[in-house]
Amino acid sequence: MTTYIIYKTLLASFILILSLIVAMYSTLIERKMAGWFQDRHGPNRAGPWGLLQPLADGIKLFFKEEFMPNTADKFLYILGPSLTMFIALLTSAAIPWGPDLVINGQAYSLQVADINIGILYIFAIVSIGVYGIIIGGWASNNKYALLGAVRASSQMISYELAMSLSIITIVMMTGSLSMRDIVAQQQGFNWNIWYQPVGFFIFLICAFAETNRAPFDLPECETELVGGYHTEYSSMKLGFYLFAEYINMFISGAVMATLFLGGYHFPGLDKLGLSPNVFAFVSFMVLFMKITLFGFIYMWIRWTLPRFRYDQLMKLGWKSLIPLAILNVVITGVVILLNQ
Amino acid sequence: MSKTLKQEKMNSLTNRSKIVSNKQMNFWERIYIPAILKGLGITFVHLFREKVTFQYPEVKREFSEIYRGQHVLKRDDQGRERCTACGLCAVACPAEAITMVAAERKPGEEHLYREEKYAAVYEINMLRCIFCGLCEEACPKEAIFLTSATVASEYTRDKFIYGKELLTEPMDPAKRIDISKRQTKEVLEFKKDLKHKHNR
Repeated sequence: MTTYIIYKTLLASFILILSLIVAMYSTLIERKMAGWFQDRHGPNRAGPWGLLQPLADGIKLFFKEEFMPNTADKFLYILGPSLTMFIALLTSAAIPWGPDLVINGQAYSLQVADINIGILYIFAIVSIGVYGIIIGGWASNNKYALLGAVRASSQMISYELAMSLSIITIVMMTGSLSMRDIVAQQQGFNWNIWYQPVGFFIFLICAFAETNRAPFDLPECETELVGGYHTEYSSMKLGFYLFAEYINMFISGAVMATLFLGGYHFPGLDKLGLSPNVFAFVSFMVLFMKITLFGFIYMWIRWTLPRFRYDQLMKLGWKSLIPLAILNVVITGVVILLNQ
Repeated sequence: MSKTLKQEKMNSLTNRSKIVSNKQMNFWERIYIPAILKGLGITFVHLFREKVTFQYPEVKREFSEIYRGQHVLKRDDQGRERCTACGLCAVACPAEAITMVAAERKPGEEHLYREEKYAAVYEINMLRCIFCGLCEEACPKEAIFLTSATVASEYTRDKFIYGKELLTEPMDPAKRIDISKRQTKEVLEFKKDLKHKHNR
């Protein structure tokens, strides 16, 4: 029992540190990508290839003046970014990062918590994520921040519906809400994306909206709302908001890879006859590659598409994605029924 | 008037103009996805394009031979300052960046100053200067020229006021600044005129 607790603590800390490092370097990669997409080099002065740039940015954010508006609600003002960061880090608990490790003949799961309602847990947590933005925007006592917060909440609610509907098809196919079962069913090349391309497509679009990434970054739309919900934030509180966005990107990439791209499975990998621990490591790297692919797609889209107008965003969510998702659910149901 | 416009339908000169229409988008245009994919393709190609950035301190951009950068106050063949502090450059300067104080040459200073009058103080405020080159054009003594050197950055404003010690070219003939590329054909032709021989 003690070893179990120690193992889980270690795993949780490892995943926490991993998400933080990945988020840190995503900021650099994002800027590099932005540069390359625009025929520039991107940051390359701090260390070789600009590798120390995230560190420099982090230190800069820590040393910036801690400015707080007079009229702000102090408690909620601090709660906003803390909540956003906290919730962004919570999601990774239910993701299976690889097959079991075997130490001293005993199997250790590479999943912090194998909850039997894994998907539900992730969606519940992601939905709470919007509270951080709303609280922050409201507590700032600034009209732009409030507008950003209102936009964030309505956008999240609209896109969460379509997102959940596209997940229902996966649940219908798998017959389980556990992330572990969903990954286990996608053995080899039997990935869900081949059966649910429309579901994947809807999920991808909604993931952009959920993480507030371009072209759905209306809550922090610079051209209209100064900085949106984080207009009044400075120093590391602002840093937390920006950082949480990158953690969310990483986690949503992991969720998409797990639900649609077969998680840590790769065709032929289990037939290589690797020892369990090496196999677990390689599988983890496979999952990581898939997450990286999603990270690239996030950045690729961001530096290609302009921002949506607010009514277009709502129209797309309610009039296109939700009906499409419902249709997808109905068709999946019919096909499953016919195959029985 | 309007009738003639209607009758003579404008012929375009380039064949590149398009007639504006409010045509309805078809299904594929309305769902935007083909357009988005096309856009993604374009940005993807740009990932591998040659970068246009100059890595500044390591790589410097090549300047034109007649680039208008920091000024130089020329000396003549014998190393005497050409400037006579006539003030025409200051008058010509649209940014009013040039100031000077004239002084009379004392006996025994003939090796320093070319003519009886010289500029004791000659200052250009590099923050005011717009590097238009009108001073160069106004100068009757071919004393001031713009060079391809760039003005260095400083931390304080007063360091941008360049005096004679920064502007005058070195005495050493080997370190003289070559401005021959900047002299136009007309100037060289003008210099052939013996009437203006004193100017050479």
